[in-house]
Order: sequence, then C-alpha cells, then structure tokens
Amino acid sequence: MATTGNHTDRWREELYGASPERQGELFSTISGVENEPLYTEENAEVGELGLPGEYPFTRGVYPSMYRGRLWTMRQFAGFGTAAETNERFRYLLDHGQTGLSTAFDMPTLMGYDSDHPRSLGEVGREGVAIDSLDDMLTLFDGIPLGEVSTSMTINSPAAMLLAFYACVGERQGVPISALRGTVQTDILKEYIAQKEWIFPPEPSMRLVVDMIEWCSREMPLMHPVSISGYHIREAGSTAAQELAFTLADGFAYVEACIERGLDVDEFAPRLSFFFNAHLDFFEEIAKYRAARRIWATLMREKYGAKNPRSWLMRFHTQTAGVSLTAQQPEVNLIRTAIEALAAVLGGTQSLHTNSFDEALALPTEHAVRLALRTQQVIAHETGVVNTIDPLGGSYYVETLTSELERQAYEYFERIDKLGGVIPAIKENFFQREIAEASFRYQHEVEQQQRVVVGVNRYIQDDERPLEILKIDAALEQKQVERVQAMRARRDSTAVEAALARLREDAAHEDRNLMEPIMDAARAYVTMGEMCDALREVWGVWRETPVF
Amino acid sequence: MAGKIRVVVAKPGLDGHDRGAKIIARALRDAGMEVIYTGLHQTPEQIVETAIQEDADAVGISILSGAHMTLVPRIVDLLKENDAEDVLVVVGGTIPADDAEELRSKHGVAAVFGPGAATGEIVDFLRGAVTAA
Repeated sequence: MATTGNHTDRWREELYGASPERQGELFSTISGVENEPLYTEENAEVGELGLPGEYPFTRGVYPSMYRGRLWTMRQFAGFGTAAETNERFRYLLDHGQTGLSTAFDMPTLMGYDSDHPRSLGEVGREGVAIDSLDDMLTLFDGIPLGEVSTSMTINSPAAMLLAFYACVGERQGVPISALRGTVQTDILKEYIAQKEWIFPPEPSMRLVVDMIEWCSREMPLMHPVSISGYHIREAGSTAAQELAFTLADGFAYVEACIERGLDVDEFAPRLSFFFNAHLDFFEEIAKYRAARRIWATLMREKYGAKNPRSWLMRFHTQTAGVSLTAQQPEVNLIRTAIEALAAVLGGTQSLHTNSFDEALALPTEHAVRLALRTQQVIAHETGVVNTIDPLGGSYYVETLTSELERQAYEYFERIDKLGGVIPAIKENFFQREIAEASFRYQHEVEQQQRVVVGVNRYIQDDERPLEILKIDAALEQKQVERVQAMRARRDSTAVEAALARLREDAAHEDRNLMEPIMDAARAYVTMGEMCDALREVWGVWRETPVF
Repeated sequence: MAGKIRVVVAKPGLDGHDRGAKIIARALRDAGMEVIYTGLHQTPEQIVETAIQEDADAVGISILSGAHMTLVPRIVDLLKENDAEDVLVVVGGTIPADDAEELRSKHGVAAVFGPGAATGEIVDFLRGAVTAA
C-alpha cells in the first residue's frame, strides 16, 4: 500500500513494521485473499449496506432477522431404504428439528433404479433409495406434509422426485399448492462440481425451466431450484469462486426463464440459494453479505425485477464436509460449531451442521444429535441472535465483503467472454479453476503453510477407533426386491402409455414436461424408467476430464 | 524398472466426488509418473480395460460413495481374469478401517489411503511398491 501519510499507514510503517511477524504460515484467508494486519476507517472499503430488509440487503433479507424468527434447523438425512430414513426423519423431528432434508443415494441421483446393473453396491449407501411413488409414500409415512417443509437434494431427476412428493401430498389430502419445501434442481453446478448428471446441458436446462414455470403456477410455496455453491466449494474452490460461480449459475437460470417468456417477478421470488460454511470465519461471513448485495443489485439493475421479493437472496447453509478430518474426529465438533456460527452471523435462513464422524461414514444418531445441539446452543445460549448483522460496519468484514464482491464481478466478465455458463462448462473453465484452487490448498497444507489440527500438526498416534454407522448390505437386496414386486403389481398398460407420452412431449420443446411426469408418477412409473425415456430422446452427457 | 511408472487413476461407480482423484493425478504427474485419469462413472470392466490397454503398473481407485466393498473386489478379480494381477491396486477415499483391512488381506489391495493422507506419502509408496514388483 502506498504511503499517503495517513495515521494507519504511519502506524503500519513505524509501529507494526518494527514488530516481528510469525514466519512460515500464511496470513491470507483459506482462499488466498490477502489480509492487511489492521483495517481502520482510513483503509476500509465499505460498500452499500442499507438496513436489514432494505435494498441491497447486505445486512440481511428480513427487517427483524432472528429476532423475528430463528433459522430453520434442517439436518440432511437419508440412507438405506425409505423405511430406515423415515425412522431417522421422525427421530430428528422428535428432537426439535424444524424442517426435513432428504439425501438420495447415488443411483437415484444418477437416474438409475435400484435393480439397474450400474446400481450394484451403491443402493442406500450415501442416501436413501427412491425408485417410485411407492417408496416416497413410505419415506413420508406418518409425517404430515401440510405441516413440515421438505428439502430434496436431487438434480438431474428433480422433476420426477418433485412429482413423487406432490403425489404423496395428494394421497395425504394436502393440496399440492400448500406443499412447502425446496428441490435442489441446480444442474449447472453438477456439470461444474458435483458431477451427478444424466442429460446434456441444453435439455437439462429446459427441464429446470419447465419445473420453475410449473411450480409458479401449481406449487407456489415450493422453491423449485436451490442454486448451490456448496458442492462447488466441496470440490475445492475458493470462497470467491463459490460466490461467483453460484451467482453466475443463478443468473443463467434467470436468463433461461426470461427467454422462455416468463415474467422475472413471477419466478424470481421462489429462487433460493445454498452455500457452504467453511472455516475461515470472516471470509465466510463476507461471502454471504456480498452474495446478497450482488444478487439484489443485478436482479434490479440488469434483469429489471420490480418486486422487492425478487431481489432477496435467501439461502440455506451447510458446514463444510471438506473441512472435517478422519484424524481425531471429535475435533470436528469444534470446527462445525465455528462454521455454523459464521453462517448465522452471515444471516442464513436455514442450516445443516455436519456430524463429527462424517469423514469416516454416514453419521450415527448420536453424532447427528450433537450436530443439531450445536445449532441449538448458538440459537439459545450465545446471544448472537439478539442483534441483526452484528459485524456490519466492521472495517475488516466490510472490506472483505467488497473484495469478494469485486472478485465475483471479475469472474462474471470472464464467463461472459466465454459466451456464458454453458459454453464455459463445455470448455472446462470452472472445472480447471476449481482443480487449480484445490491443488494449491493441498500444497499449502503439505508445506505446513496451513495447519490442520490432527493432520499436519498436533498428531495423535494412539487414537481409538470410533463407532461408525454401518449400512446393512442386505438393504440393497431388499430394495431391489421391493421395486421388482412393485413393477409386477402395477398396471403395465398405464405405464406404457405414460412413458409414450413422456417421450413424445420431450421431443417437443414447447411442451412443459411436468404434467406428463406427474401422470407417470401416479401410474407408478419408476424414476429410472422416466429417465430412460428421456435418455432415448435427449442422449447423455459425457465430460472430458481435466486435472 | 525402466521408464516412467504408469498409473491409471480411476473413479468407479456412480460417485462424482473427484477432488481427491484430481489432486492425486496431478501430484503423481508432478512426481514424474505417467498418469491416465479415467474420468468419472467408470464400470470395473472399463477400468480394467484401461489398465491393460495403458500397460499400467498401478491402478489408483478413488471412491467416496461407500460402494468400495462391491467395486474394488470386482476390479481385482477382473484383473486376475485378464492375467493382469501384476498391476498394483491402491485405493483412496472414505474407507472404514475394517473394510480397509479386508481389502488388503482378502482382496490383495496393496494399500488404502484415507482422508488426510499426504500426496508425498502416496508418491513414495508407489515408487517403492512398483520398483519392488
């Protein structure tokens, strides 16, 4: 920084410069943003703030924030068959959780039924196996859908799972227009980071817009898309990349909907977001604040949204799985608590806290309860909810917010130059940027420039093995038999007719696919069968891998 | 041992978590090895075919989906069936300790690296094990 003769600069040169700094470790953020040793009114960069609930919402989307309503405590759960996960859901609701969040297994995420050869060994391992409406009815058995909100982490086959959920509502006698929740549906970040895809980007985008269009009419309380940075960060990105790529994806959906002829104010209020909460405390808080400001600004100024609700970025947060260590796993409780606190100070609307054993396996009930308790302690014991955006005006946090915002706008320009998000995906732009960042971080850890407790410092050799959750291998066979029995008893003529209509409508770009998917769901067509029908019409996506 | 060590880095099954695989692939390449990365969503058959075609010294299997006890033994068996049991099999990912032990003792996996393993450790292991073979 050039000397301008101000007080801070003189302090930096004369007093700070005379004191020794610790050598070896970095003073930049985890993501590599350089930090000054001190921020004051002279070197702080404070952007537009507004007040909570006021444009550009830097300080929070609601006027009363947590004094009006706490965030939703929403633990992601799913394993085995629908019956096992239904039991975990009821357990979480009994312990004070306020919303449900469903994790699906790999075959479901990839659009394969449990008895597909590619599903072998993967059924129910990393989430719950859902093949048809039959399984969805079991998953929500005894849970009144009119009273809970449900989040579903599903992307390529999101339309099918949303249809199954709507059908469960119908069976429970709840009008689908009263169902609340979120479907992730964010296919762009799949190509960028999470890599659970089926179809090529163009028909995938069409399906997303079909869902948004249909939900705005039929399920107005549903969030049809949750634009997700979480997986981008888990894949190894920096905070600035998470921010920039997620928002770029968000604007790509907005543009696709406008292109379809939808009014921005009709769908934008239902778009929601999902971010990671990593360990660099202030950087994370700055990231959420910058995200709100950028979204509001561009929605109003660039996309012409007039309804203030279209300007609001509401988001869910999950603590960083990638920050958890297999070594001394109890220490993860502390990491998660700090990450969760950042999410709360950043103004999240809902939160999942990871369990301490998740670098080893899916969590046990004991570990999940402690994770939920972490949120309850923050909410009720620490006092951080008493004042809105308590870090607003901090010289450092405001400067970091402005810096992350600046980096995001730089990325938007680079993405625009490549022709937009989809061309950039096809050129592996995001994938390369993320791989580069993740390799750099690993290098810094291995060089001891960044300390990971228990991994490269404070190592303990006599660790006792932890009791972890084991998924019963017999559940896979049980689920395979279940889907096959269901196929044997359904009306096969109705199934064939529903699939024929789905194929036909998929071939016509001007037809919304949600109605044929709803009809297929009611006829007990499986998710895999519906995906196969669309594979026939649209083909499949293959990535050219880079490292 | 003449020439560069040839390693196939493979992602079997439906698992999309590729951060680790890419870091390892790059670290092995930087250490002077010839690295072939299969990309995602490979079947055991595809991985074994790549290993044979590429005349690999080792296959590094990265798996975080919990399907390791199905997919890894299948890859080992297919290598044997194709007279390629001399290819060293190394596994990385979220593998519980009991499973890692079984993969090593019953299925002939040379090593299992869990979360937090340093890339240098993996490079050293491969150099030692491939040269010894």
